[in-house]
Amino acid sequence: MITKFQVAYKNLQRKRIRSLLTLIGIALSAWVLVSLLGFNQGYENALNKDIDNMGFELMIMAKGCPYEAATMMLKGGTGLKYINESIMEEIAKEPEVDKAFPMLMSAVFDPNKGESGGIAGYFGVEARSFAELKPSLKFKQGKWFTDTNAYEVVMGYEAAELEQREVGDMILMPEKNVEFKVVGVLERTGTQDDGTIFVPLKTLQKIFGRPDELTTIGIKLKKGVDSARLEEKLYKLPDVQVVSLAQVKDTIMKLISTAKVMVLSIAIIAILIAMVGVINTILMSVHERFQEIGILKTIGAMPWDIFKLIWIETLILCAIGGVLGIGLALILSKVTGILIRYVMPYAPSGGLVLIDLKLVLITLAAVLGIGLLSGLYPAWKAGRIRPLEAIRSEVGR
Amino acid sequence: MNQNNISIEAINLKKVYLRGSEQIPAVNDVSLRINQGDFISIIGPSGSGKTTLINLLGFLDNPTSGELRLGERSIFNHAKPLSERELTKIRREIYGYIFQNFYLIPTLTVMENVMLPLTFYRKQGTENEAAKLLKLLGMDHRKDHLPGEISGGEMQRVAIARAMVNMPEILLADEPTGNLDTKRSGEIVQVLKELNRNIGLTIIMVTHNPELARCAKRMFEMRDGKICQIACGPQDSYFNDASAGLP
Repeated sequence: MITKFQVAYKNLQRKRIRSLLTLIGIALSAWVLVSLLGFNQGYENALNKDIDNMGFELMIMAKGCPYEAATMMLKGGTGLKYINESIMEEIAKEPEVDKAFPMLMSAVFDPNKGESGGIAGYFGVEARSFAELKPSLKFKQGKWFTDTNAYEVVMGYEAAELEQREVGDMILMPEKNVEFKVVGVLERTGTQDDGTIFVPLKTLQKIFGRPDELTTIGIKLKKGVDSARLEEKLYKLPDVQVVSLAQVKDTIMKLISTAKVMVLSIAIIAILIAMVGVINTILMSVHERFQEIGILKTIGAMPWDIFKLIWIETLILCAIGGVLGIGLALILSKVTGILIRYVMPYAPSGGLVLIDLKLVLITLAAVLGIGLLSGLYPAWKAGRIRPLEAIRSEVGR
Repeated sequence: MNQNNISIEAINLKKVYLRGSEQIPAVNDVSLRINQGDFISIIGPSGSGKTTLINLLGFLDNPTSGELRLGERSIFNHAKPLSERELTKIRREIYGYIFQNFYLIPTLTVMENVMLPLTFYRKQGTENEAAKLLKLLGMDHRKDHLPGEISGGEMQRVAIARAMVNMPEILLADEPTGNLDTKRSGEIVQVLKELNRNIGLTIIMVTHNPELARCAKRMFEMRDGKICQIACGPQDSYFNDASAGLP
């Protein structure tokens, strides 16, 4: 007994190159689709992870102060505004607050950085509290500075690579002409910490002439508390703004949404092109087999049988193409991630393309659905072929 | 086979084609009765209407007027055309077809081609029919070959096996030897004769070759849409000594 599936499958082998090209078209569009959907969920995941890694949920800074380190770097520290350290005590009293961490960001112009100089950022922290805040930070060499007044630095992985410094080396802060001793080099984290030079808070305050002043206070909340009341209260403090990292995330996601719409449009166009390709292939195949289909009807095939036969052909193409495309996407997800990182204005660390089983199944269902849709017209057309007309015709002779 | 004892009868059958405003009667008032177990051949020049007639008799087309009777059933009475679905139902129940161009599916093996009709419709008792037929037609050693790997005569044998696999009552053969040389033509007609003689298969054959037509029990000629019987009883001394036929 020979099944309709076997007949359909063998027929696709008749014009191997044509079937293969159609298959490639479907595979490519499935690849684009699954990669982009994977990017949609991967990006958000990676961003969440980045924000979790920051270790705090709320930031407090002076009104009008840029809260993005990138912005600060671009402006060269000119946009920085300061808050008084005394505010720390008030904040620590609040019942929702687990811990508060003082931070001071500073930047100087380094004429030796890059071709025409650049901005070097310094991050003043209290070693003990900062280590508590970021337990994920690991040392490649050395350890945190112990004295908050010491002239010592801990360098992020990339900063140390760039400056070619190891533990025990000295490093000069340009503009201020102050020398520091490198006491620690961090391992790579994939976050902006990699490019940062950490300095004891008091030392940095002294060098920049801003005693008792901070740029940022990070607030870590107690587990499971609602931050709404606290945020409201903090808003009432004079000249202070509160930024929740959830807000930061929202802002980034909004920026990204435009890019998402673009990539999704590309995916839809890719799928439409593949769909037209499938319709064309199957229609041509039906046209070439006009007589043969007529003969199938004389030997007992009902219109619905022919419809199914042609539909199965479309489904086989789409199923194989879909599986190939998804396989390709899984294999190349890292490469896709790198490409996306290259074109995106901001990309969080970690894998940007996250393809899980659910996504694989959704994509496969989508490709098969599109296949069924593309097969409708050719299958309907084939089902309507009248045996007599087919036998009389000259097509295929 | 053929327990139903189906005869086919055409009464004042007419098929008119329109060419512009002109009416062309391809089959003009044909009345004909073919009994179960009969073997008739129809000859005639091109355009005489013989293929149109066999298409009507084989339910591949609706007549313009007249009546067709299959056994006791009256079909096309009062010129009510049947839908493609109804035609297919009758065809797969009663008919087998072979054509000049064989129309085997090139991607399927000989065996698969023969079994193809069973994919769409299967009568009871046809389980081993494909293998039996291939053996009967001397094609069992070729069952795993593709149509492109066998000769024209062999292809027509496969087409005959395919037509026979659902145990039809009537076999319609439209120019079955049109693409074959004289020797192979003789072999195919011999196969048809033996099927008719041994299992009582009703055969209606259209051919332009009078020599082959004489192998049938009755021979008709079509001219300008009209039919007349020109011979009765096998006239085929030409093939009697042929070594061809069933192995």
